[in-house]
Amino acid sequence: MSVIAHQVWLIARRSLVRTARQPGVWIPPLTFPLILMAVNSNGLRAATRLPGFPTHSFLAFFVPFAFMQGALFASAIAGTDLARDIDNGFLNRLALTPIRGASLLLGEIGGAVGLGAIQAVVYLSIALAAGVHIDAGVPGAVLILVLAILVAAGFGTLGLWLALRTGSGEGVQSMFPLLFFLLLISSMNMPRNLIEVSWFRDAATVNPVSYMIEALRSLVIVGWDGQALALGFGFAIALIALSLVLSARQLKVRMART
Amino acid sequence: MRGTLHVAFGLAYRQLTVLFKNPSLFLPPMLFPLMNFAAFAGGLSRLRHVPGFHFHSGYTAFTFVFVLLQSAAFGGVFAGFGIARDFERGFARRMLVSAPRREGLILGYAIAALARWTMIAGVLTITALVFGMQIGGSGVDVFGMYGLAVIFNTVGLLWACGVAMRFRSVQAGPLMQTPVFLVLFLAPVYVPLALLHGWIHTVARLNPLTFLLEAGRSLLDGNPDQVVTAFGIAFALVAIFAVWARTGLASAERAG
Repeated sequence: MSVIAHQVWLIARRSLVRTARQPGVWIPPLTFPLILMAVNSNGLRAATRLPGFPTHSFLAFFVPFAFMQGALFASAIAGTDLARDIDNGFLNRLALTPIRGASLLLGEIGGAVGLGAIQAVVYLSIALAAGVHIDAGVPGAVLILVLAILVAAGFGTLGLWLALRTGSGEGVQSMFPLLFFLLLISSMNMPRNLIEVSWFRDAATVNPVSYMIEALRSLVIVGWDGQALALGFGFAIALIALSLVLSARQLKVRMART
Repeated sequence: MRGTLHVAFGLAYRQLTVLFKNPSLFLPPMLFPLMNFAAFAGGLSRLRHVPGFHFHSGYTAFTFVFVLLQSAAFGGVFAGFGIARDFERGFARRMLVSAPRREGLILGYAIAALARWTMIAGVLTITALVFGMQIGGSGVDVFGMYGLAVIFNTVGLLWACGVAMRFRSVQAGPLMQTPVFLVLFLAPVYVPLALLHGWIHTVARLNPLTFLLEAGRSLLDGNPDQVVTAFGIAFALVAIFAVWARTGLASAERAG
């Protein structure tokens, strides 16, 4: 066990250091969601005047968007980094060592999880500074950070699978708009019960991203909503598990030891 | 003039050939506005019930004008990526050596960007009509709306061209698209200007795109408003960014 933990630590440290050394990689995920949050929360403020809208502060309603967009960036970063490792032969050299596949996968998402944690703290701090009140209190704020990190880990692992499957950074990047589309057709901008167009409401209802957003949102504007939290955590953990299984299978193909 | 046009059409033909042979270059600019349109028209249509929201043609049409202008601007920006790529690969430098009139290069890239965006606008319009978009304006009004979008496409191209020719690297991509993105989203995207409050209202009121957007919406709705001002601003932007692109070309010429 300690051998695996050591291997995970070595790969995770490399992943974290590599992310930290490239400001072009971590500055956009930190700033872009904040800019969009500032612009959209003001541009869509009129929505709070709709009958049935759950809060008077669109910023409070919209805060989860930043966490989700940050998680999507985490997916792109983790995937692109691994794709580069495949491209430059690092993965093949690793295959010559006794490192285990599980250690490699867990370590590789280290950069995404580390960045996800920093992002979550920054987004939450700025939201609080902008006057957002967390209805679930301090424990709720901690839970928001935990869920945000889990979501970042989930999308980061999905990015790993995409990298292992496509083997190229361009392949990972080209999937990014599709992942972003999942965010767009969710309940990101409007509560599901207020979405008028039926196909969009149905799409948002079957979209797991909606439940991740709603779990984060519930802690901010509702308080403690067991069902929303169970669904949000459930889908985040399911995403991690599914992506890990898919990645592990694909890794066996990529790291075939002859 | 003849030499300029010869260079422009030659380059435009080459750009479009490259585009059609590489779906990966063509699809993202096509999908991006479609995704935005689906998200806005589908997810936010309830906003038409906000007190003070008056747009007779419906929320789908209201959103369509923004997405059309957004696709026009990003059509130009994506073309800028192509210019930067041409410099990275040395093609643009060879063009600088061989072109008798180098202004033709900018014109050629602009023609290619416009041709590409025309296809995107066509697909977007068909999609919007399938989604049930209502058109309140006459043929002339709708033509005017597309005219504004065409000019905005040229503005986007000239901006990106100026950046690409100064930096001559795809790494300047964020510099090409981030300001455009900000200008777009600092306009009245989701609701009319009158329903915006606070700093975003102040910024949107000063944003030149707001005039284009509101005029475009008024044309599609059949109640033309501030159209002359919008066209004036659009042509002024073309003039300003033409200078920006030309000085960018001069920078590339100096770099050799």
